[in-house]
Amino acid sequence: MSAIRNLVDKIKPTFAKGGKLGFLESTFDAFETFLFVPNTTTQRGAHIRDCNDMKRTMIMVVVALVPALLFGMYNVGYQHYLSVGAVPEFWASFWFGFLKVLPMIVVSYVVGLGIEFAFAQMRGHEVNEGFLVTGLLIPMIMPVDIPLWMLGLSTAFAVVFGKEVFGGTGMNVFNPALVARVFAFFAYTPAMSGAKVWIAGLGAGEGVVDGFSGATPLENLVTNGTLGYSPLDAFLGFIPGSVGETSTVAILLGAAVLLFTGIASWRTMCSVFAGGLAMALVFNLCGSSDYAQIPAWWHLIVGGFAFGAVFMATDPVTSAQTAAGQYIVGFLIGVLAVLTRVVNPAYPEGMMLAILFMNALAPLVDYYVVEASVKRRNKRIKTAK
Amino acid sequence: MSNKSVKYLTGPFSANNPVIVQILGICSALAVTVQLKPAIVMALSVTVVTAFANLVMSLLRNGVPSRIRIIIQLVVIAALVILVDQVLKAYVFEISKQLSVYVGLIITNCIVMGRVEAFALANKPWPAFLDGIGNGLGYGLILVIVAFFRELLGSGTLLGFRIISESWYIGEGGWYSNCGLMLFPPMALIIVGCIIWVHRSQNKDLQEK
Repeated sequence: MSAIRNLVDKIKPTFAKGGKLGFLESTFDAFETFLFVPNTTTQRGAHIRDCNDMKRTMIMVVVALVPALLFGMYNVGYQHYLSVGAVPEFWASFWFGFLKVLPMIVVSYVVGLGIEFAFAQMRGHEVNEGFLVTGLLIPMIMPVDIPLWMLGLSTAFAVVFGKEVFGGTGMNVFNPALVARVFAFFAYTPAMSGAKVWIAGLGAGEGVVDGFSGATPLENLVTNGTLGYSPLDAFLGFIPGSVGETSTVAILLGAAVLLFTGIASWRTMCSVFAGGLAMALVFNLCGSSDYAQIPAWWHLIVGGFAFGAVFMATDPVTSAQTAAGQYIVGFLIGVLAVLTRVVNPAYPEGMMLAILFMNALAPLVDYYVVEASVKRRNKRIKTAK
Repeated sequence: MSNKSVKYLTGPFSANNPVIVQILGICSALAVTVQLKPAIVMALSVTVVTAFANLVMSLLRNGVPSRIRIIIQLVVIAALVILVDQVLKAYVFEISKQLSVYVGLIITNCIVMGRVEAFALANKPWPAFLDGIGNGLGYGLILVIVAFFRELLGSGTLLGFRIISESWYIGEGGWYSNCGLMLFPPMALIIVGCIIWVHRSQNKDLQEK
């Protein structure tokens, strides 16, 4: 440890202002604070003493993502071996999935961080930490068979137009990972939807067994109102889908980490589930199609609902800031997601669009929550007189 | 032409561009730029309308009472747009069908009325005419740039000719795929935004403080 510290201290003057490589100052700073907790303290304004800085916060989210990621890798191999009619053995499946998912993660990080570093250098500010999470989220919400150049392009679009044009980490209106997905979804629709893209090798037609469709539970629900898998499989995650979204159990493990460390808002998270459940119950009461009559809790375990609720809706930047606002925004995300799923057959999954839509409305909700609070307090003053 | 006349003509190309500096006429810039050919036809139509609307209004400027000037401008512009529409229908019917309502909607294009109000009513006919041509072409320039990227990346063609070889596409055994988002208006807005970004970074005096 001290060897690294010494090395960093030794080369530091080269990168300081006026040094030989002074123009790379922010890059150097990014790596130094990545390795060591910075020993600078805030000079002005009220602040809370805490050993947790943004890098440490972000790394906790990455830790929370690990269960879903590992299970996603295993499931990629598992689904592949099922599709070709082989017996999915545990380590073989995991290794196959690992080799499929690793390039996606590498592409996402290299492209995204490359752009982040370039922008930080040009503008002369520090490199933002936010991409550590975004870069892992992007491959986890994409289908495994997406060509890597599409993944890279979507990442580039998300970082530039989802984040940097607004001013970087903490300024973005929309969740950058979802911007990447929404770009890929509308730009390269054939590679992002349908029954062929969710399982590695299925699109290329590698020796598929007869009668294997590859459709996700959501597609089955749209076409005939049945899951096509047992609810237990859907809950555990043995279903086709985007890399990280299939296993509700692994996502709940991540949710536990996020809630225990206090990083994600439990208000948003719970109210997304409540909203989805409420809307599904409304459909149960008055819907006429098969899809509307499915048990309400099915909605929570299929598709990206759980993943979106835990990792996307709770994004501290793009979600509501006030407590009441978090209840409202979360609830509406759940309602809109289920509404889109059931009513609009063009979008089997409504979670992405619901979250992005509520991202746009979150500041408005916050505004009215604050206004209402001010009004209430004014009234109290008047009655006290 | 004198220096001043050249300035009327070329000012709107960059420093005073109607789309990316004055932010006028955005709506039609999004609507007709899926392909290059309709965009060019639209640009020429708008140029003709702005030029002659400016000319006519400049000639009439001393005889028009200012209280009813808007309605007179509308009559002049509407008459010109109907003329353009009829010419397009007669000679390039296919493109006219593609442009559909957007030719008629030139009447509502802010650039036309904006230039008449801001320039033609206070200037002699010749400068007004040049200003109209300049603004029409400045608008057309942005339209062509946007349509170039949208047609190339969205359909793989330019002016209807295939640029990106068929054999590159995924369905044909290649790796490439068209960007479907380019066919949607939101992407046109993002391209216009990029043009503004590049333009501002080149022209420091346009940057807002």
